[in-house]
Amino acid sequence: MSEAKVGDVTERPREQWTGQVGFILAAIGSAVGLGNIWRFPGVAYENGGGAFLIPYLVALITAGIPILFLDYAIGHRFRGSAPAALRRLGGKWLEGLGWFQVMVAFVIGLYYTAVIAWALSYFVFSFDLRWGDDPATFLTADYLRVGEPGLSLEFVPSVLIPLVLVWVVTLVVLGAGVAKGVQRANVIFLPLLVVAFLVLVVRALFLDGAADGLNALFTPDWQALGDPNVWIAAYSQIFFSLSIAFGIMITYASYRKRRANLTTPGLVVAFANSSFEILAGIGVFATLGFFAFQQGIAIDELEGLTGVGLSFITFPAIVSQMPGGPIFGALFFGSLTMAGFTSLLSVLQVVSAGFQEKFGLTARQAAIRVGGVSAILSVLLFSTTTGLLALDVADQWANNIGIVASAVIMTVLVLWVLRKGSELRYHLNAVSTFKVGRLWIALVGGLAPVVLGYMLISRIVTLTVEGYADLPAWYLVLIGWGTILVVVVGAALLTLLRWRADPMRFSAWPPYPPSAAPSSSPPRSTTGGSTGGAS
Amino acid sequence: MTGIAIVFLMLAIVLVWGGFVASTLFLIRRPDLVSFPPGGEDDHREDEAPVERDT
Repeated sequence: MSEAKVGDVTERPREQWTGQVGFILAAIGSAVGLGNIWRFPGVAYENGGGAFLIPYLVALITAGIPILFLDYAIGHRFRGSAPAALRRLGGKWLEGLGWFQVMVAFVIGLYYTAVIAWALSYFVFSFDLRWGDDPATFLTADYLRVGEPGLSLEFVPSVLIPLVLVWVVTLVVLGAGVAKGVQRANVIFLPLLVVAFLVLVVRALFLDGAADGLNALFTPDWQALGDPNVWIAAYSQIFFSLSIAFGIMITYASYRKRRANLTTPGLVVAFANSSFEILAGIGVFATLGFFAFQQGIAIDELEGLTGVGLSFITFPAIVSQMPGGPIFGALFFGSLTMAGFTSLLSVLQVVSAGFQEKFGLTARQAAIRVGGVSAILSVLLFSTTTGLLALDVADQWANNIGIVASAVIMTVLVLWVLRKGSELRYHLNAVSTFKVGRLWIALVGGLAPVVLGYMLISRIVTLTVEGYADLPAWYLVLIGWGTILVVVVGAALLTLLRWRADPMRFSAWPPYPPSAAPSSSPPRSTTGGSTGGAS
Repeated sequence: MTGIAIVFLMLAIVLVWGGFVASTLFLIRRPDLVSFPPGGEDDHREDEAPVERDT
């Protein structure tokens, strides 16, 4: 299995999920991540409370689900990781876009692991409430030992050890392959996450002040609906939450068999992801209501309602004040770890699959070689005293510029330049039980690039003009724009390298246009099958 | 909780969780198409497929 293949004509049959349920669980595991727990509740609260439901659902239906279907269609029709599938769809330039997506996933994998390592540490800390009375100081001074912005090689052992552990487990899972590794991990951790989080939410609902928290989250502020920024916040929440447009869903869909229902499972995945967000909103705000009640203040006087602040400062403070706090803390940080881990697997599968296909590697070889490099970089960058700052900045740029740019470029190239909308719509409808109309093309080709393009440009302007988090400009150029530069240069180099096996030895099924090629024999030429190659 | 907050809590649950339940039921009723275009048969081999070498 570790032997390299000889020649450029042999191909292995593609790895597959064991079935529809396996795929759905893995796709939900990918979509449900840290953002569902620490981002959605705060975003909903700050953007109209109950009224946010309207732009949120509109964004889900007009952009989230349509782009999800676009990813599915590309990955499933062209049966490859992002570079291979996009190469087959539109040639070398699109392969470059695929590698851009792989590189963004590569960068995200470096720091996402670190956040999971923190969550894992805090899971352990929960049992003796190690953060004491001042979780903010504990996080930055005692746990992360945050230094000045810069690059340091001063390692922090309390981060280093869990980070190495997370990498080892992740690479073992990736090396075991799609069905035996990624799917199996999701089948275990996703149900466990749902149960743990449900217990947490039910407990939170019985805390004093929980009702006040829910009032704050669900009371609608109708004026918010007139604010364009609220609508942008809804589109961006949906967009980032669904793991779309940076290769994940292309890769995951490529492991489905050819005769597989795409759109209906897609609806299940999209609504499951949003269902978890609503559940997280209820749990987080019931808990915040308790915190405000304890301190005798109103919810709107609380700080740290999203992101790292919510999870690693506000929640520890709450846990310390709660009867049975250690159990609540363990449930929260355990959930965070599991939600993050299943998403991490999908992010790194994008990288692994890209390298496997271009360079003829097995899953295990890719996990050891590419994953090994990732692990070393991740440890060097994010387990040092400068890790938190680097992570925050890299995340801003990779997400808000990297992923959004990838989405805009993909929709414009695929729908406008190559005009593949009809073919992809035909593909979705040829295999799926939920049919999509021409409106789908209008949404992914029209609305999506406009809204996402606006998000991209306004973010670039803000980051350029105002900077970020009061950090020095040289640092933002080095870590922020440097991240984008690494992604672009990496994508260009990887595109130029030679394929181990010609990706164009492939015919898409079903043929399009349908009447032109009444196929009588299965187009199996691509998968080599048992015939192997030329002998 | 206030009345209006309860209404919106229920609305969120009905619309989003309802969407999840409805799409799941739709999938259970129609898990796969009955007929496909010709071709597209996979030889399903679970997980790591054997490496094929030229002889």
